[in-house]
Amino acid sequence: MTPNTEVYQLNVNGKKCEVRDAWIGESLLYVLRERLGLPGAKGACEQGECGSCTVIMDDQAVCSCLVMAATAIDTEISTVEGLSVDGKLTDVQDAFVNEGAVQCGFCTPGLVVAVHNLLDTSPTPTDIEIKEAISGNICRCTGYGRIFEAVRSAAATRQETNK
Amino acid sequence: MKNTVSTNTVSINTVSTSTVSTDTITGTRREVRRDILGAPALRPDGADKVQGKFAFSSDIWAEHMLWGATLRSPHPYARIVSIDLSAAFDIDGVEAIITAVDVPGKKTYGLISSDQPVFASDFVRYVGEPVACVAADHPETCRRALAAINVIYEVLTPLTDPERALLPETPKIHPDGNMLRYQKIICGDQTIQGEIIVENTYELGMQDQAFLGLEAAMAFPDSGGAGVDLVIATQWIHEDQKQIAACLDLPVDKVRVTLGGVGGAFGAREDISLQVHCCLLALKTSRPIKMQYSREESFYGHVHRHPAKIWIRHHATNEGIIQRIESKMVFDGGAYASTSAAVLINGITHIQGPYKCESATVHGFAVRTNNPPCGAMRGFGVVQACFAHESQMDKLAVACGLSPVEIRLRNAMRTGDKLITGQVIESVAPVERCIRETDAIPMPVPLARDANPLELVGGSGLTSLPQNIVRGVGWGVSIKNLMYSEKFDDYATARCQLHDGIVNLKFATAEVGQGFVVLAPQIARSVLGVDEVILDPVDTRIGSAGSTSASRQTWMSGGAVDGACRLVREQLFEHVGKIHNIDPLRLVIEDTDIVDMIGDFRISVIDASTGAHFDQTFEHHHRPTEELDENGQGNCHVAFAFVAHRAVVDVDVELGLVKVIQIATAQDVGRVLNPIAAIGQVEGGIAQGLGLAVMEEIVLDNGKIRNPSFTDYLLPTTLDMPDVIAVLIEEPEPQAPLGAKGIGEPPCISVTPAIAAAIRNATGRDLPRVPIRPQDICL
Amino acid sequence: MTVAVPTSLSDALAAIAQNPAAQIIQGGTDLMVEINFNRRKPTDVIALRRVLELREWSIAKDGSTITIGAGLPYAQMEDDEIARLVPALAQAARTVGSPQIRAAGSIGGNLGTCSPAGDALPVLSALDAIVHLRSSTGARNISVHEFMVGVKRNARAPDEIIVSVTLPIVTGWQGYAKVGVRNAMVISIASCCLAVDRTNSAIRIALGAVGPTIIRCRATEAWLTSQLDLSSVNTVSTNLLKEFGDRVAQEAKPIDDHRSTAVYRRHAVSTLAKRLLTRANTP
Ligand SMILES: Cc1cc2nc3c(=O)[nH]c(=O)nc-3n(C[C@H](O)[C@H](O)[C@H](O)COP(=O)(O)OP(=O)(O)OC[C@H]3O[C@@H](n4cnc5c(N)ncnc54)[C@H](O)[C@@H]3O)c2cc1C
Ligand code: FES
Ligand code: FES
Repeated sequence: MTPNTEVYQLNVNGKKCEVRDAWIGESLLYVLRERLGLPGAKGACEQGECGSCTVIMDDQAVCSCLVMAATAIDTEISTVEGLSVDGKLTDVQDAFVNEGAVQCGFCTPGLVVAVHNLLDTSPTPTDIEIKEAISGNICRCTGYGRIFEAVRSAAATRQETNK
Repeated sequence: MKNTVSTNTVSINTVSTSTVSTDTITGTRREVRRDILGAPALRPDGADKVQGKFAFSSDIWAEHMLWGATLRSPHPYARIVSIDLSAAFDIDGVEAIITAVDVPGKKTYGLISSDQPVFASDFVRYVGEPVACVAADHPETCRRALAAINVIYEVLTPLTDPERALLPETPKIHPDGNMLRYQKIICGDQTIQGEIIVENTYELGMQDQAFLGLEAAMAFPDSGGAGVDLVIATQWIHEDQKQIAACLDLPVDKVRVTLGGVGGAFGAREDISLQVHCCLLALKTSRPIKMQYSREESFYGHVHRHPAKIWIRHHATNEGIIQRIESKMVFDGGAYASTSAAVLINGITHIQGPYKCESATVHGFAVRTNNPPCGAMRGFGVVQACFAHESQMDKLAVACGLSPVEIRLRNAMRTGDKLITGQVIESVAPVERCIRETDAIPMPVPLARDANPLELVGGSGLTSLPQNIVRGVGWGVSIKNLMYSEKFDDYATARCQLHDGIVNLKFATAEVGQGFVVLAPQIARSVLGVDEVILDPVDTRIGSAGSTSASRQTWMSGGAVDGACRLVREQLFEHVGKIHNIDPLRLVIEDTDIVDMIGDFRISVIDASTGAHFDQTFEHHHRPTEELDENGQGNCHVAFAFVAHRAVVDVDVELGLVKVIQIATAQDVGRVLNPIAAIGQVEGGIAQGLGLAVMEEIVLDNGKIRNPSFTDYLLPTTLDMPDVIAVLIEEPEPQAPLGAKGIGEPPCISVTPAIAAAIRNATGRDLPRVPIRPQDICL
Repeated sequence: MTVAVPTSLSDALAAIAQNPAAQIIQGGTDLMVEINFNRRKPTDVIALRRVLELREWSIAKDGSTITIGAGLPYAQMEDDEIARLVPALAQAARTVGSPQIRAAGSIGGNLGTCSPAGDALPVLSALDAIVHLRSSTGARNISVHEFMVGVKRNARAPDEIIVSVTLPIVTGWQGYAKVGVRNAMVISIASCCLAVDRTNSAIRIALGAVGPTIIRCRATEAWLTSQLDLSSVNTVSTNLLKEFGDRVAQEAKPIDDHRSTAVYRRHAVSTLAKRLLTRANTP
């Protein structure tokens, strides 16, 4: 299939979104933010180094800045905007707020997405697994201490509720 | 058109988040925590931030907007021969191109001296200096237009060596000359020769603030070009407003600045970057302009931490008591002045460290070069001084046969001691306690022979095995001034309104991540006994709050909010007193009630304020300071804070690789106003100090940045961050309105020398330069 | 301006035959950086992400080789079975970037970019991997040594797609180690793969990031074969280890750049090689 780059369709957060008049080189990050009105994913490097743009594509956490948007047709994309239902925070989001894992918050959406992906695949991560799982998400404000706490606490809450 | 701007208005009320979730049950009594001062109150913007709903300045979008982009100099020093815009104008979608000739007002700007051109017109003085801007329909069109602008340069030999900038025969690269500031400090006996003398020359590389949220702004022109609204991520909206208005030749009130969501700052947003350009393009095109830098452009687009070279000699007695310091400090200010003059003063006035010293001979130079401009970064000149004095303390300890802890305890400064500037330390000064409490923190467990490879130096690179690793321990202790110095009256303003039990706070304090948005409501709740506090948008429709820098906002804007709330409380008490016929002086706030201290009258603040409206504005000024005289004498600083760090590192000595294992710290904070926010500042500062110690450096080659990207400018990752064990020392500061000292900067200052010392301890190397590179350790 | 997203290899080959100037993209972790940074402006793109044939891996019937699809993401190379059969490859895959990068990046892309710092490449070199290339008109199987021709240059013809690589499954210790300045997510400034082939009494050493392309230390290999009985675990003397390190250092051709210095790189790669030799001979 050869999508005409003038119009193509992406599945984002369970919705079909049409992209029109796009330049071929646009990254998924750019398209989400500038064309689809989903500015939740953030760009801080556009080269895969900071993780602020992390989204889930077909169950994998990827850097949306490294995905050519027009090639992402036929994939399921979920962004930070798609996590909470009816504005109710998810366990991970709740933990980030409660543990003080948020300062400027620029790294936060990418981290929240990455942590969801971690806990969905590995519900009881060890400390070192937590660190490795989010080693591709740079935070310049917090020094990560509260972020680790938030992940631990979200994992614990999930264990509790699943009991 | 303007309603598409969503700035972040924050409203907080009791039922949300924290109050409920942290209930504690004590016996049969259920205590509901209120988010007053001292409580672990949660960020009101947290929920939006974790959902991606918080609007950063780069998230703003407007109908009919255009994109703006900047053409920058590829040369560190060159004369502009000609600029040809014609080919760029021919590109479809290009709406405007502007250069220096399009600047209607002042052609230059600057925080301290106005020496930096809005656009270079005759000379470019650093790689990345703006030459022109375009506005077009798509970022890609902008890129094409920039590529089509033809600038002819006559390339000149750049001045990139700061030492050479000191020489009188070196040609001036700017009409203001190559010396941004010289200041000496001469005090005490200039002839003392210590029984013990240690000296060395220390160097620090150029560090970048590397905030995550890149520079971004949106400018909305008034119809007819009579004014402009700018939504921007910045540290000080009023200073921006003043500087923009001057360049646009508009009255100040025609430039309205609103704070957009800020993704970190750390000093890099204090100077003008895209502000004037964005407004100019908006006025020229009569359309909203969005500008945002890429990471690479950001490296060129803001000031950095000054690289410095510091020669220093300590004279001490055989017992290790410091008698005299001699030092020559050279800070590379880069092409334009920015805040170099103030950074230099911080450097030289802190060179003694948190230690008593009666005599000093210090010469400080901030010079101009064709390197990227340097200015404010967390720690502001003190980081450089601290690396030098702490490295010296360890040398002294060795020379005197003392431990790193003992040498520091023997010299620790106290309240009442006199600095080398003649200023007496009036602040609480628990230096000794910081050291002792840090020392009491348990050391980490030794490295296990069968440790998970990911925990070892090199991590998944499988670089080192436990037998390749040597552990080291090192110390750093620092003193940091709070607020602006040298006669600067950096006041802060806040307005408090109370009606129907709800408080509205208005201030121009830039929230950059530090957490003023959580502190301000805590103050209001404590003072006024309310629970619901609404924060109004941060914009220039109120007096200045000063900059979110210099560890000053808790003290200054906190003081202003506290003052405004107290004035409102007075009014409230008068109002209640009049109605209920009680002397207002007998009334106090107890939880959420107003009670009579003597009688049994009690009324809730909600009931008392229903139907009434109280409105007060307060300006908080810190006590006046003085300029330094010719010999560097004068009460130039407002107040001081102290901190100690102990670092434990694992070093692969053969490969020169380092992993920091633990940082123990005790910090003098005055009073903990919010434990979550406080620990966040401590850990975050430590991460930045760690970066400077072992990985972060802007590498320059003839004025050009070789690593303007996150692939090559390395920031600490989760696997680089050590365990942090922190003790917050609470000795309320009488001068501070809330008893709390600024806590933002101290964490990042002495952690760098502590890590360097730990690496020296593991390797036996001298290591006089940070960041310490692998080759410095093992070759 | 087109983006083709074929779902089979034959469609992909047809697309590239039609337009050999089109840019192939797999995980995008190299190419998108080039595009985002304005260094490349493709007009036509063929995305291989939906070609499942390229994401497969298999073991030859006789168990002598393993073939890894060019599009298999690194994350899947950490698979237990691959780690057992070609541990060095799994180790190299584990060091690439971050989890997000490993979820997308591939060997095909590593070969396509052909950076001397590519982490999979020293492993392919040390194990004498075969690169399988296909075009609509035929197939070529070439040695990885012929494939890598220079700094970021390779022997792929414009209409060819890298389909897979085949590696021998050998008995004997093998490992990969890398040096970077950070403890995670770092481009290597020196790396080394060492693999012992007990059956053939051979040893293979390849170096990354210390030359214009991956360096195979054939002289050192030959020398070491004369010094040790490679069919079993040896006690490596300090002197031999030192000489080994010096010989490896001599074969490296590093340069100075903003990431490191030539002197350090030479030292580091030699140290890594010595460590790997020691690990190989630790019972
Ligand atoms: C943040 C970050 C960190 C990184 N860290 C590392 C690291 O530690 N180690 C490392 O080795 N690399 C690293 N990389 C680089 C990159 O991830 C690897 O080189 C990866 O292997 C590229 O694979 P890809 O599928 O994403 O390639 P793509 O970007 O899709 O393609 C790269 C090139 O290969 C060509 N190509 C891809 N597949 C084929 C094919 N089947 N046939 C023909 N040509 C093809 C493309 O045309 C393109 O020219 C990093 C990259 C980023 C962004
Ligand atoms: S913007 Fe995608 S990783 Fe930084
Ligand atoms: S909170 Fe600011 S970058 Fe993480």
